[in-house]
Amino acid sequence: MTDTQSPQSIELLTFQLADQEYSLDIMSVREIRGWTRATPLPHAPKFMKGVINLRGTVLPVMDLAQRLGLAAREQNDRNVIIVVKHEETMTGLLVDAVSDIIALTSDDLQPPPELSSGTANGVVNALTLIDDRMIRVLDLAATINDTECAAA
Amino acid sequence: MTVDNDPMAEIRASFFIENEELLEALQDGLQLMDDGAADNETINVVFRAVHSIKGGAGAFGLEGLVHFAHRYETVLDEVRAGRLQVETEALKVFFQAADHLSDLVRISRDNDPLPDEETEVLLKALDAFLGDTGPVSGTAEEDIEFQPMGLSLDLDLPVDGTADLPDLDALPPLDLGPVTTTYEITFAPQADLFDTGNEPATLLRNLQQLGTAKVTCDSSRLPPLDQLRPDVPHLSWTVILQTDVEESEIVSIFEFVEGLCQLDIKKQGEPDGRDLPPLPDLPPVEPTMAEHRETLPQTPIEVTPAPSAPVDDPVSTVAAPTQPAQATAPTAAKSVVRVDLDRIERLVNLVGELVINQAMLSQSLEHSGLSPHSDAMSGLEEFQRLTRDIQDSVMMIRAQPVKSLFQRMSRIVREASAAVEKDVRLVTTGEATEVDKTVIERLADPLTHMIRNAVDHGLETKEERLAAGKPAQGKVNLSAAHRSGRVVIEIADDGAGIDRPKVLQLAIDKGLIPPDSNLTDTEIDNLLFLPGFSTAATVSNLSGRGVGMDVVRTSIQALGGRITTTSLPGQGTTFSISLPLTLAVLDGMVIEVAEETLVLPLNLVIETLTLQRGDVEMVRPGRNVVRVRSGFVPLFDLGAALGYRPPLDDFEGSVVLLIANEDETNAALLIDNILDQRQVEIKGLDESFYRAPGIAAATILGDGQIALILDPSDIISTAIPKPGLSQTSSDAGVPA
Repeated sequence: MTDTQSPQSIELLTFQLADQEYSLDIMSVREIRGWTRATPLPHAPKFMKGVINLRGTVLPVMDLAQRLGLAAREQNDRNVIIVVKHEETMTGLLVDAVSDIIALTSDDLQPPPELSSGTANGVVNALTLIDDRMIRVLDLAATINDTECAAA
Repeated sequence: MTVDNDPMAEIRASFFIENEELLEALQDGLQLMDDGAADNETINVVFRAVHSIKGGAGAFGLEGLVHFAHRYETVLDEVRAGRLQVETEALKVFFQAADHLSDLVRISRDNDPLPDEETEVLLKALDAFLGDTGPVSGTAEEDIEFQPMGLSLDLDLPVDGTADLPDLDALPPLDLGPVTTTYEITFAPQADLFDTGNEPATLLRNLQQLGTAKVTCDSSRLPPLDQLRPDVPHLSWTVILQTDVEESEIVSIFEFVEGLCQLDIKKQGEPDGRDLPPLPDLPPVEPTMAEHRETLPQTPIEVTPAPSAPVDDPVSTVAAPTQPAQATAPTAAKSVVRVDLDRIERLVNLVGELVINQAMLSQSLEHSGLSPHSDAMSGLEEFQRLTRDIQDSVMMIRAQPVKSLFQRMSRIVREASAAVEKDVRLVTTGEATEVDKTVIERLADPLTHMIRNAVDHGLETKEERLAAGKPAQGKVNLSAAHRSGRVVIEIADDGAGIDRPKVLQLAIDKGLIPPDSNLTDTEIDNLLFLPGFSTAATVSNLSGRGVGMDVVRTSIQALGGRITTTSLPGQGTTFSISLPLTLAVLDGMVIEVAEETLVLPLNLVIETLTLQRGDVEMVRPGRNVVRVRSGFVPLFDLGAALGYRPPLDDFEGSVVLLIANEDETNAALLIDNILDQRQVEIKGLDESFYRAPGIAAATILGDGQIALILDPSDIISTAIPKPGLSQTSSDAGVPA
């Protein structure tokens, strides 16, 4: 997405996660829901919060902070679930709070400097600066698909 | 379904859907011929099916398909003309050709390379029947060329009746020139016809465009003006139509008012009937068709179209390649709508939501403290009933007869019996039994495997059969029936039955059971379902790779079904599969474990117990048994097995559910509470994300929360560190 010649305009949804700012391509976001209790799945990896009822379908929800290896924090009312769709699969991502929608071009994105360690490695595929704040752009495919390894 | 907006792709897709139906009709016809129940119409149906496939294939330029269908058709034509007698040998080739034709259709659809070699072999076999009967395919080869125009015509001009037939001179070999036929059409609209916005005048005008029409209006039923009700039709019309088009063309004009009027189309006898006067002595139109028919024998008019009219075929190909059944029996056709499966899925989902919504509404109304006799509460009751009705009706849409599945099996039998050189006959019953579409789809593989097994292992060789005093031809019965809310499918062979000593020995040899095992007959039969078991002494390429029956059992279980065997030495083996009617709803027991709400399939629960002091005995640490009457049943702590809480050590007062395992042993599940028994809607869990052990699916409860549906056998097998037969055999010693 970033290697095109002419700068592409991108819209990102930014959100808070353990006092850090992350973002997702808004095209993959289907909706944002308030937190409801999830039904836990037995023997599931820690970051799997369980499943919730999304208007009659069963939606798996993962705790994004735990998925990225960030510090666990208290659940509060501002917590929301971002429902994303990736290759026909819907997934809910539990985040602390949604902040904003920002529009920028692909030129504004810079590849992350070498992150040699950490669970988030490979999950953040770009960085950008907005009002002097660093925003991490998540690679949704990696976030969702690599759960098999993370679960193991 | 549609890949893009290319209209041709859509037409092509519908061509292949229609081909499925035609192939089914072809199979049916051949089966009838095989059963000796064929009449003249049967061979016509068979012929027309192949012919229509050829016609459509021509329109799409599917040369390979046209080529094969044409030669097949040529042979069938010989049969139809009575020049070729159908015998067992011929039928065998016909069946093979039909199988091959369906292969070719599939290959053409997927644009895969054609299996030219097989085609040639079969064509040779087919041509062999032509050898001594005269006409050689050489000359007929050329008339393929008229095909490409066939379907396109029908599709370009939808059935408004204005379509002109293509120039008949374009049909080279059978050209007899246009033949004018006189039809007498009586048409009496019913009130519904006007309700649906149809207009008799338009229909009559369309008729007029087909040829010379003489329209007489019958106003005899018109009441006096003061009794006239404007919304009830009183008029009927008789049209004497002289035309050179096919009867189906006339029928198609009335296609949209089918069932909304009384329509009778009669071909007047040829050639003398051509100049019949407009029938002054014909009785006025009777209220029903049936009564009308009774009066017919007195009139000099032939009711059925002359079947031998030679011009029939080329014309019917052009006019109605897609509706061969309608051409002959317009009244018999059931009206059917084709709907994209996605739409049905959506409807099913919406109804599911409706059910949940209704449950939530009832719950909140009950909590609101309204009197049970209030209007709101009785309205709610009605709402519940309606919801349930809607749910049932929607489920019925997804139901399909198992016929298509059974037809596929008859092919499997043919191929399998040929491979092992046995003479086998498949007898199917209950083909009309309806099962959820998904069940049918997922049943194909296990059934195929079992049918192959029956042919390969179940039935003896011809010599063995004769020696045992049985007919040389083996028989496999495939039946489907509804039994107390489930579908039971049985595969029964009349072979030698399960050779139990051999099975036992094999299992011991393979180390599946300890050598000193003492098993009952049922337990020995169940050994067949163990992974890595194969009874065939010689492993044939047909079956016997040892991956067989355990895979079958797993897939049946995945459908919420069970499989059992019964076997009588010397008389045969029966496998019976019991399946839920639908995969969409389930009768469940709602239970509570460690403050989580879970659902257990009700049919698995045999008994519920509340534990008293001393009911539970420890066999070894971590392994407890419950005393149930005189027997002991292994106890599984569900809360611990699911990782919800550490294992309990005090069981007193806990509730235990006795669960039936597939191998007819029992297990006891320790739970906290039974909350409810109700029908729940099954929602699949996306397993690509995370596959939870012991969980089959999920459902949504009345409060909108998701409850997981348990798969107890999975829980039990994961809870035991070493599953497999050591478990079964040790349990076998426990009286259950």
